[in-house]
Amino acid sequence: MDILIAIAGLGIICLVAEIFNLRKAIVPITVAGLLAVLAFVGAKIFSKNPDILGLGFDKEPYYNMVINDKYALAFSALFILLTAFLVALSPEFHKDHKAKLSDFVAIKLFLLTGAIAMISFSNLSMFFLGIEILSISLYILAASNPKDVKSNEAGMKYFLMGAFASGIILFGIALIYGATGSFNMLAINAMDRQTLPSWYNIGTVMLTIGLMFKIAAVPFHFWAPDVYEGSPALTTATMSTLAKVAAMASLFKLITTLNPHLPGFLTTINIVAVLSMTIGNLMALKQTNVKRMLGFSGISHAGYMLLAFQFLDLGFAQSNLFYYAFAYTLAGIAAFAVVLSVCGNKGNEDIYNFNGLGKTQPVMAAVLTCALLSMAGIPIFSGFFGKMFLFNQVLDKGRLILVVFAVINSIIGVGYYFKLIIAMYSKESTEEKQSVPFVYSVVAVIAIVINIGIGIYPELILKLIR
Amino acid sequence: MDVSFILIILLFGAGATYFVGDKWASKAALIFSFAAFAASAYITYLFSTGHKVNSVHLWIHNPTVLFALQADGLSLAMTLLTTLLTPIIVFTSFGNLFPKTRSFYALILFMAFAMVGTFLAVDGLLYYIFWELSLIPIYFIALLWGSGDAKERKKAVVKFFIYTFAGSLFMLVAFVYLYQKRHSFLNVHLYSAILTKNEQVWIFFAFFLAYAIKIPIIPFHTWQANVYQKAPAAGTMLLSGIMLKMALYSIIRWQLPIAPYAAIQYKYILIGLCVAGVIYGSVLALKQNNIKKLLAYSSLAHVGLIAAGTYTLTIDGLRGAVLQMVAHGFGIVGLFFAAEIIERRFGTQEISEMGGIRVQSPKFTSMFMILVLASVALPGTFNFVGEFELLYSLAQANIWLAVIGGTTIILGAFYMLRMFQYVMLGETNAKVFKDVTFNEGLALVLILAVLLFFGIYPKPIVDFITPELEKTLVFINRFN
Repeated sequence: MDILIAIAGLGIICLVAEIFNLRKAIVPITVAGLLAVLAFVGAKIFSKNPDILGLGFDKEPYYNMVINDKYALAFSALFILLTAFLVALSPEFHKDHKAKLSDFVAIKLFLLTGAIAMISFSNLSMFFLGIEILSISLYILAASNPKDVKSNEAGMKYFLMGAFASGIILFGIALIYGATGSFNMLAINAMDRQTLPSWYNIGTVMLTIGLMFKIAAVPFHFWAPDVYEGSPALTTATMSTLAKVAAMASLFKLITTLNPHLPGFLTTINIVAVLSMTIGNLMALKQTNVKRMLGFSGISHAGYMLLAFQFLDLGFAQSNLFYYAFAYTLAGIAAFAVVLSVCGNKGNEDIYNFNGLGKTQPVMAAVLTCALLSMAGIPIFSGFFGKMFLFNQVLDKGRLILVVFAVINSIIGVGYYFKLIIAMYSKESTEEKQSVPFVYSVVAVIAIVINIGIGIYPELILKLIR
Repeated sequence: MDVSFILIILLFGAGATYFVGDKWASKAALIFSFAAFAASAYITYLFSTGHKVNSVHLWIHNPTVLFALQADGLSLAMTLLTTLLTPIIVFTSFGNLFPKTRSFYALILFMAFAMVGTFLAVDGLLYYIFWELSLIPIYFIALLWGSGDAKERKKAVVKFFIYTFAGSLFMLVAFVYLYQKRHSFLNVHLYSAILTKNEQVWIFFAFFLAYAIKIPIIPFHTWQANVYQKAPAAGTMLLSGIMLKMALYSIIRWQLPIAPYAAIQYKYILIGLCVAGVIYGSVLALKQNNIKKLLAYSSLAHVGLIAAGTYTLTIDGLRGAVLQMVAHGFGIVGLFFAAEIIERRFGTQEISEMGGIRVQSPKFTSMFMILVLASVALPGTFNFVGEFELLYSLAQANIWLAVIGGTTIILGAFYMLRMFQYVMLGETNAKVFKDVTFNEGLALVLILAVLLFFGIYPKPIVDFITPELEKTLVFINRFN
């Protein structure tokens, strides 16, 4: 709870700072504040008594509304790190709308609040609050370029579909409450599955469907490509990294705690996983717009993450999912930072904009190459280890066929990731050498260095949860 | 000092080469690659005098992955091959002017790093990581510095990458599957994993896919000739001289001891495929007019024979394979370098446009002649020793296989000597052939020295590799 208060407070400070004409200080203060909260979360993870400040929040965490276990704290740390990157990218991205900067930053912070509430809830109403805060922030960000008809379309589409999904989630929560008489996750988890009425399972399935929509898993993915393409690039980066992983992590938490007694439930998730990987990859092969391509690739990565739902040992599965999410989102941030710097003033993100990037902006080209290699799962980049840990876990459960599907998809993935790499290195540039905005290159390089760092030493991430 | 020292030198060298800038990059690369050779020679000395040179550290807890590098006769022989060929390959590139010089040389060193790692790693996952890492530098070397039409080259290189990547992913699945049995990736643990016959067959073919693509064994060879032709000379040398040996080495180190039952079961089919590759490569080599393509197909024939030798599961087959790997490594690098020397002067790879070199440069002609003769395994060259053992092992499996495999020598003599005739002899071409420079000559002499020395006196290397191969053979034959 203290984390939530700190971050929401930071958001309000942003809004107030604008009133007091401190616009230049907003981003530095926010990033510093986020890093401070990150350090705080880190201290909580590693200390034996998580209530560091002695405020009593963790003894009775607001009537069991939030729970700060290692899973929640680790993911919170990841979300805070991602938001720090996204906020750092903001001033350069919104340089034509300086007056709105505080709004954009504050909305990102509220979005982060929602994401953390979604992962550290121990009460279903808290979960719903979290997902609504996250979604509403995203609706606003998607439509935040009001003069662009595509952005309007994206915002509207996302809002309509998202509101519908929220409705399904809410209905699911209501059914679960009807079946158990409680919102409290611990109480629900302790109940005997055999005695619960059948609508408990229906409620769980509806929750799952609602979150599958948020993570854009096939067949609930139809909104994603259009919204990703239409939204401003920074919002797309937010959606495909932070929002996707937040929804995925809370879906994992929900399913493992609600633990429905439902034959075929896991098989269905597996089918969704395979479909997401395959369709996401096949569609990505055909794209010429890089944002759209990364969107489809995100769908396939959601499919990979869904593999984490097969497990024998919960802690093991949690850390594998966390590692994959960490690797994927950092590669995503690095890739988007490069996309922003290349396509920032071009008005489109078509692949030809990347022609000859290896010559004109060698550092950015190298970063994007590394990010794509990580997503493709080439070793030493952490994406490889993410995949390997998941394969190991799925084989541990004895599902060889799933792994074979995942491997075939990795091969397809190389096809489109390398399309971009080839464009950067072996095509001639159409433009003069341009200077890269400083923050873009800093964010891109830091993100990719962390990505490679956790690849060289995966224990760093794995031991956060185990 | 342990074996990880070699890797550190190469990795550090790659970084240093990149940062010293374009002007000094080639020299830095030469110094570091030679330092790596010196280090591996010293470690070989330490190893043979009984010192402990293995390097084992725990890397990841769960799943348990060890950073385990092991020096033995087999891995050190391959490491020495790599670290001796790398400075030679760097040295041969001195005559070429590349754009982005520092990246080029840094990538070569990085590639050597990955390949040495592949040879030394005994933890399956670590081995897999090095195996895949070696793919990235060669991809960029072939893509960025290759010759010919950019579009064609891209197609060839991407095909190569996707083929090899696809093959190795199935190997990864096999490794992870094996991990479930023993909860370890260490090779000796994997050897003793208890597998049903069915499991062995699947795992065997998962490995086979990765190796058959990289070696290449027909029908997985279609990427090869195009990439060899389009890559820059240094890239072709790395690919043919060292990289495909990674796969041959891996057959002995990983595939056979892990799934020996399947190896015995499918022995004749596998040998048949490999020998078919020998004939196929030789016949295609006969028809080539492009010198690099001709050498690529001759390479296909030679490595087919090596792979056939490993699958005979006899000590002669394994030993012959290792000897021939080293011999072929030096021989093919020498031949590709000779082709490069000619291309530098004539600006063509077409055999029909060459000729008349003998008159202008007798020195180069005689060195080229020795390389050609070594390639057709004339007694007295190192290739003869290896090829003889390989054919002998094939004869143990089935005499007719040896007869068919032996055509590699006959056909080889035919196309190599014919190539020699067209390239070196004949009318003096209108183009002038400048005599080889000192640098070029030095590189060729080094290669020839190795080929001739071990051709006459192969005992040191035979004694060096045999104990480890016998140990491996015990694992392979545990089902007999």
